[in-house]
Amino acid sequence: MECNCIKEWKFADPKIDAGLLEPTFEKYVGVEGSLIAVLQKAQDLYGYLPVDLLAYISHRTGIKPSKVIGVVTFYTQFRMNPIGKHLILICQGTACHVNGSADVEAAIRGHIGVNEGEISEDGLFTYNNVACLGCCSLAPAIMIGDKVYGNLTREKTVSILEEIKNKEASE
Amino acid sequence: MKVFVGRGSCGNAAGASEIFSMFEDSGCDVRTVGCVGMCYLEPIVDVQDGDGERRTFVKVDEKVASEIIKMVKGEANNADANSISKEDIDILKAQKRIALLNCGVINPDDIEEYIAQEGYSAVKKAVTEMTPEQVIAEIKVSGLAGRGGAGFPTWFKWNAARNSQNAKKYMICNADEGDPGAFMDRAIIEGDPHVLIEGMMIGAYAIGSDEGIVYVRAEYPLAIIRLEHALNQAREKGILGNNIFGSGFSFDIRIKAGAGAFVCGEETALIASLEGERGMPRLKPPFPAQKGYWGKPSNINNVETFANVPWIIKNGGTAYSVLGTENSKGTKVFALTGKIAKGGLVEVPMGISINDIIFNVGGGIKDGKEFKAVQMGGPSGGCIPKNLGDTQVDYASLAATGAIMGSGGMVVMDETTCMVDMARFFLDFTRKESCGKCTHCRIGTDRMLKILERICDGNGLKGDIETLEELSVHISDGALCALGQTAANPVLTTIRYFRNEYEDHITNKKCTAVQCKPLINFSIDEVKCTGCTICARKCPVGAITGELKKVHTIDTDKCDKCGVCKNICKFDAVEVL
Ligand SMILES: Cc1cc2nc3c(=O)[nH]c(=O)nc-3n(C[C@H](O)[C@H](O)[C@H](O)COP(=O)(O)O)c2cc1C
Ligand code: FES
Repeated sequence: MECNCIKEWKFADPKIDAGLLEPTFEKYVGVEGSLIAVLQKAQDLYGYLPVDLLAYISHRTGIKPSKVIGVVTFYTQFRMNPIGKHLILICQGTACHVNGSADVEAAIRGHIGVNEGEISEDGLFTYNNVACLGCCSLAPAIMIGDKVYGNLTREKTVSILEEIKNKEASE
Repeated sequence: MKVFVGRGSCGNAAGASEIFSMFEDSGCDVRTVGCVGMCYLEPIVDVQDGDGERRTFVKVDEKVASEIIKMVKGEANNADANSISKEDIDILKAQKRIALLNCGVINPDDIEEYIAQEGYSAVKKAVTEMTPEQVIAEIKVSGLAGRGGAGFPTWFKWNAARNSQNAKKYMICNADEGDPGAFMDRAIIEGDPHVLIEGMMIGAYAIGSDEGIVYVRAEYPLAIIRLEHALNQAREKGILGNNIFGSGFSFDIRIKAGAGAFVCGEETALIASLEGERGMPRLKPPFPAQKGYWGKPSNINNVETFANVPWIIKNGGTAYSVLGTENSKGTKVFALTGKIAKGGLVEVPMGISINDIIFNVGGGIKDGKEFKAVQMGGPSGGCIPKNLGDTQVDYASLAATGAIMGSGGMVVMDETTCMVDMARFFLDFTRKESCGKCTHCRIGTDRMLKILERICDGNGLKGDIETLEELSVHISDGALCALGQTAANPVLTTIRYFRNEYEDHITNKKCTAVQCKPLINFSIDEVKCTGCTICARKCPVGAITGELKKVHTIDTDKCDKCGVCKNICKFDAVEVL
């Protein structure tokens, strides 16, 4: 069923095509307890959850805006700002801390030139600190996309980023 | 010949995926297995000949893989150079594997391999030959206690849920694995997902539930994929679903991905999160067994707890209870990480000593350094110092040291680890992860962190240690859930065993472990420096200047104290002041 109200909704980010969320709404609207699943799906589609999109989700699901924002800000997985093409998760768990995750973060910050959560100038990278990637015996570890890299040093970290950059440049 | 490649997340990170493709491309009969837990030897490849004899090769990079391919094809090769050593085989043999029984042995993506290991025979026995009460009685005999942290007797929880009258009950698995430094739950799901499914089925039958949910943390994408696949296979085989094994018992399981919040590992918070809310804990009672998910009776167990259940039903509770000690039965999986030579997962009977685990199973400390302490129980646990190394690993003995068993994470520390910094690290963690609902935890952890930060920054005040101790008491007494109640443990244990380090930081403004950056300065010894320029070239912030063959200097304003120069200098000319 076509929903008429979609046309009234304008999003600041022109890349957001709200129509993509229709199957998700179809599956979850009216299903109790499904807000997190809807938000995860939306973030999968758009990469982030801007506030106007949250208002729209609230409107479509009938869940109060305060609750939607409350849930988004509670869980670290959700972000309200866009990210670079590659999201780097830096493990700051205990094992990684003991084995030098601070150096890895310094190397990444130095190399991409921005702080946590920001987008590097070339649009390629954003990094976030996380608590544990479950590869603690390879500490310190990071995850880019679905791939985990372990036993890192400053140099190894930089070469991983360089490799991704080169690959992007050649594509 | 069959080739088996260990492809858990950690194996993949070590390059197992690429190796796997190589075997595939060369036409070998190759399959995926989970992680055996010997992470320090990854990637690991097993080769099985026609007689079923299995040989293990370790640290298999592309070169070694091509040697193994030659071997499989019957050509001359040099694969033996990477055969697993006798010492490492002994380490594996010294373990008692129950929860990890199939990890690294079977293909997690093939239900038939699980069935070939007598998989699903325990649940069949339970639902066709035993009453739910008998199942609970068997678990009681085994002495199995929850492996998720609190160590609560499993039979007791099941019994409470069984006795809770309601047409609808839920069986929930806690796979949130929040303790940073622990990864056994991930390894079990990735390596042997069917054992979790079977354990949950038996538990569901015991409490009278027809719906199961596994709450998996968001950082474990591979675990989610493997579990989803296993669930589908079990459904297709008619193992999950209606009228299981013709017994009239029906049960199915779905997965819920977490969204990143440590506190959601706490059971009432987990339930709130399942309901789509902010994951905030609530006061107990009522316990989940009375009022859980959607207000219905619910039982929550950890992944490893469930993974023990099929073995117990198959072999009997007594066989399990003879393992371990008087008050801590069975085996426990530990994750050995940090400054350990042979990091990975090991499963040993309860009651062996910390020294045994670290030095015999774990191969001692990395790079020949000195063992200093081990953190057990994650952010809720404590640091156990070297001189308590013969402490038995059981619930009561660990509690006596001020640490806890927790989920079995053992982060090993050496002389280069600063204990005040560790306390600061944990408080930073709990402060961030505090849900903010109760004042003691929200404000108390923040106050403690501020004090620890100023001690690490060299601005510690006289009386800070006492203030920390006082705050600890108030937070433990006042907090709503175990996150806050235990938050001070890392601080209390480090003060108890390493008070001199705190005093050194506060009074002498010194960090003997050379970790607290504001308390250290690097400088170059004019006599030892040969002017080789390597430090200047390697300094990531360009803080070192000097000409070839002339003494170099460090600009302390620019220096970010990373220590690269000290590690790289061949002449030992960089000193710490
Ligand atoms: C802050 C906090 C975090 C927890 N995290 C986990 C976790 O990640 N995994 C887990 O199994 N139990 C965790 N627990 C313990 C659970 O509340 C609960 O006791 C456990 O899942 C019960 O299962 P068990 O009896 O099989 O151990 C946590 C508890 C607290 C207070
Ligand atoms: S502590 Fe870094 S992966 Fe677990």
